[in-house]
Amino acid sequence: MNFNLSEAATKRKELMSYAAQELMRPISRQFDEEEHTEPWDFFNTMWEASKGSRESTSITGDNPTQEEKPKSAAKASEGTLIAAVQIEELAWGDAGLYLAIPNPGLGGAAVSAAGTAEQKKRFLGDFHEGKPRWGAMAITEPHFGSDSKQVATTARRDGDEWVLNGTKIFCTSGYRALELSEGFVIVWATLDKSRGRPAIKSFVVPAGTPGVTVSKLEDKMGIRASDTAQIVFEDARIPADNILGTEEIVEKGRAGFKGVMATFDATRPIVAASGIGVARAALDFVKDTLAENGIEIRYEASRNEMTVLESEVIDMETQLQAARLLTWRACNMMDRGERNSCEASMCKAKAGLVATKLTQKCVELLGPLGYSRKLLVEKWMRDAKIADIYEGTQQINQMIIARSILGYSSTELN
Amino acid sequence: MIDLRLDEEQQLIQDTVTAFASEQIRPAAHEADETGTIPASIIDKAWELGLIQASIPEEYGGYGQSQSAVTGTIVAEGLAEGDLAIALHALSPRLVVDAVLHLGNEQQKKSILPRYCGEKFAAGSAAVLEPRWDFALDKLDTTAKTDGDGFVISGHKCFVPLAREAQDIIVYASDDNGVTGAFVVQPDTPGVEIGEREKNMGVRGLETYEVAFNDCRVDGGARLGSDARPLLRRARVAQSAMAVGVAKAALDYSLDYAKDREVFGVKVAQKQAIAFMLADMATEIDACRLVNWEAAWNLDQSNDAAREVAMAHRYASDTVMSVTDNGIQVLGGHGFIRDHPVEMWARNGRGFATFEGLASV
Repeated sequence: MNFNLSEAATKRKELMSYAAQELMRPISRQFDEEEHTEPWDFFNTMWEASKGSRESTSITGDNPTQEEKPKSAAKASEGTLIAAVQIEELAWGDAGLYLAIPNPGLGGAAVSAAGTAEQKKRFLGDFHEGKPRWGAMAITEPHFGSDSKQVATTARRDGDEWVLNGTKIFCTSGYRALELSEGFVIVWATLDKSRGRPAIKSFVVPAGTPGVTVSKLEDKMGIRASDTAQIVFEDARIPADNILGTEEIVEKGRAGFKGVMATFDATRPIVAASGIGVARAALDFVKDTLAENGIEIRYEASRNEMTVLESEVIDMETQLQAARLLTWRACNMMDRGERNSCEASMCKAKAGLVATKLTQKCVELLGPLGYSRKLLVEKWMRDAKIADIYEGTQQINQMIIARSILGYSSTELN
Repeated sequence: MIDLRLDEEQQLIQDTVTAFASEQIRPAAHEADETGTIPASIIDKAWELGLIQASIPEEYGGYGQSQSAVTGTIVAEGLAEGDLAIALHALSPRLVVDAVLHLGNEQQKKSILPRYCGEKFAAGSAAVLEPRWDFALDKLDTTAKTDGDGFVISGHKCFVPLAREAQDIIVYASDDNGVTGAFVVQPDTPGVEIGEREKNMGVRGLETYEVAFNDCRVDGGARLGSDARPLLRRARVAQSAMAVGVAKAALDYSLDYAKDREVFGVKVAQKQAIAFMLADMATEIDACRLVNWEAAWNLDQSNDAAREVAMAHRYASDTVMSVTDNGIQVLGGHGFIRDHPVEMWARNGRGFATFEGLASV
C-alpha cells in the first residue's frame, strides 16, 4: 500500500499544473464567452510541448492494451494513473480547454485498445509530427445515447473500401479533427443492423475523406472551448484496413462488442479525473477565499462547535478525496492488467456526482461572487456537469456496478 | 508509487479475520444483541487468533509483529463485519495496549503490556466520553491535577466498556494546562466508582458503564506521554474501519435478500430503484475504506494526519448510517423486524458519530 505519487507522476503533475496555471487560466473566461473560436496560441504551445514528450497530453493513447500486458509485469506500470493525475491538473486549469488540446484523444484510445500493431503505427506513429492534430470518437447518433447497440450508421464493404452512411452527434473535437487539422475520427458503424451488437465495428475515418461533413457545432452549457460536432457521412469511402479489429461478426467474447465496451474501462477513470479537477478548482477557490478572510477550517472541532461553513468545506474535501481514491484504484487495476469495469464505473459515478454537487455548493457558498461571471466559479459549475454525463451517465454506471455486484447479466437487470 | 492494495501479509490477516467473523461471530450476533451477553467462548477463540498479542514486541511477551494502523483497520473492519459488539469486546485490550505502545515509556511498557500476552483474554478499557451533549475531546470536564508526585483524577465518564473486568482503564483527562492526557488507572483504585451497566440503542451485547472518578489518586507513572490526541486519532481510524465493516455487513445481507425476494414477477434486485441503491452503497463503502486506509497509512508514516483522520471518521460515520438505513429500505417491512439483522446494524451504526475511544488500532 502506498498513497504517495511516484517521482515520475509528481513531475508530470507539476508540469501540468504549470500549464494549467500559466496557459489555461488566463484564457479560460475568453474561450468560454467566445464559443466556437480557436485558441491557437494555446494549441500551438501544447502541441510543441507534446512533441518533446509524447505522453504529456495523450489520454490513454500510449498505454498498452489489457490483452497485451503481461499479468505479472516485472516493472509496475502506472501509465493510466499518471494520465489521471495529469488530467486532474489540466481540468483544474480549464475542463473545456483540456478537452480541446490537440492529441489523439478518445480516438487514439480506441486505436490503442482495438487496433493492430500496424494500425497503431499508421494512425498514431507520426501523429505528433507537423501541425496540431486531433483524434476523436463518434458513437452517439441523434436517436440514441447510452443505448449504443442502436448504432444505425452503416458500413458496407465495396471492394477495397468501406462505405459509411449515417449521422453522428456529440463528437468531441470532431470539427478540429476533420476540418481544422489532418486528424481522424473513430466511427462506430454496423455491418448488419439485424445482427445487433456483434455487428457494430469501429472505423478510422481520416480528415479529408470525401462524403464527410461537419454539419453542426453544438452550443453548450459548459466546456465551451471544446468543440462538439455533428458529422454526416454520405457514401464516405475509407480503405478496407481502416476497420479496428476483425470484420467477422463475432457473437461473444472480447473480440466482439464487449471488447469495444472495454475501452470505457480505460476512459471512465480519465473522465472521473477531469471531473475531480474541475471540482478541485472550485474548492481551492473557496478555501483560498476563506483563508484570505482569516477563516480557519478546524478539522478536529466537535460537531456541535463546527460552523456550517467548516462542515461543508470538510465534506467537500472528503468527497473529493473519496472520488480521487476510487479513480486511482481503477487506474491501478488498469495498469496491472486487471479487469476493472466495476471499479471504473464506481469512480466515474462518484466523481461525476461529486463534481456536480461540489461546484454547485461552491457557487452557493460564495453568494453573489459565486454567481457572477467576473469569477470562474460559475463556469466551473457549468463545466462540471458534463462529467456526470459523458462516457456513461451516472445511471449507466450505477447499472454496471449493480450488475457486477449482483452477478446479473444485461438481460437480468436493465 | 500509488498502490491501493493490501500486501500479502495484510491479505492473509484479512482472510483469517473475515473467516472467523463469518463462521464464529456472526452466528452469535443476534443473541448477543437480544440478551446483552457475549459468550466467553467466542472471546476466547478470538484471543487465540493472537490479534492483540501480535502487535506487542517480543520483549514484553508479544509476537512482535506489525504495529501498523493499516493492518489494525483490516482487523477492525473484518471483526465488525461479523458483529460490532463482539468486535469491540474482543479488541478491548487494544485500548490499553495501543495507548501504552504509542505513548508509554519503557517502564510502563514493561509493567503493563505482559498482562495482555497471557493464555487467556484480558479485557482493557478506556474512559473517554462524558455524559454531556456538547462533549469535545479537547475540552474534557474530567481533570487530572498534579498532586505531589502523582495526580488526582476527578470527573464523570460514560460509555466505558468492560469497566468491571478490565485490567486497566485508560482515563482521558485534562491536565493542569488543559491538555488532554491519558492516565492508566486500575478499576479497583480507591475513588473509582463503577455505576450500573448502561442501556444503549445499539451495541447492546457490549457491557458499558458510567464511571465516576472521585478524587482518585494515581502515582506519577500513571500518565502516558504528554498529549494524548495522536492516540485518539488512532482510535478514530479503528472506529472508522469498524463502521465500514458494519456497512459492508448491511450491504451483503440486503444484496442477498434482494436477489432472493420476488416482486412483480422478478427479483427485487432486478428493479433499478433497488439495484441502483445497492450500487451506491457498494461505491460508498469502497470509497470510505480507501479514505480510511489513507488516514491509517499516514499514521503509519508518522504523519500528523489530523485532517485525514477527521475526514475519514466523519465520512465513515455518515456512510455507515446511510448504508444501513438503505439496507433496511431494501428489505422493506422485513428490515424493521428484528429477525433480520439490518435494523441492528443501523442501531449499531448510529453510534459511530458518538463513540470516541471505544476502539483502537
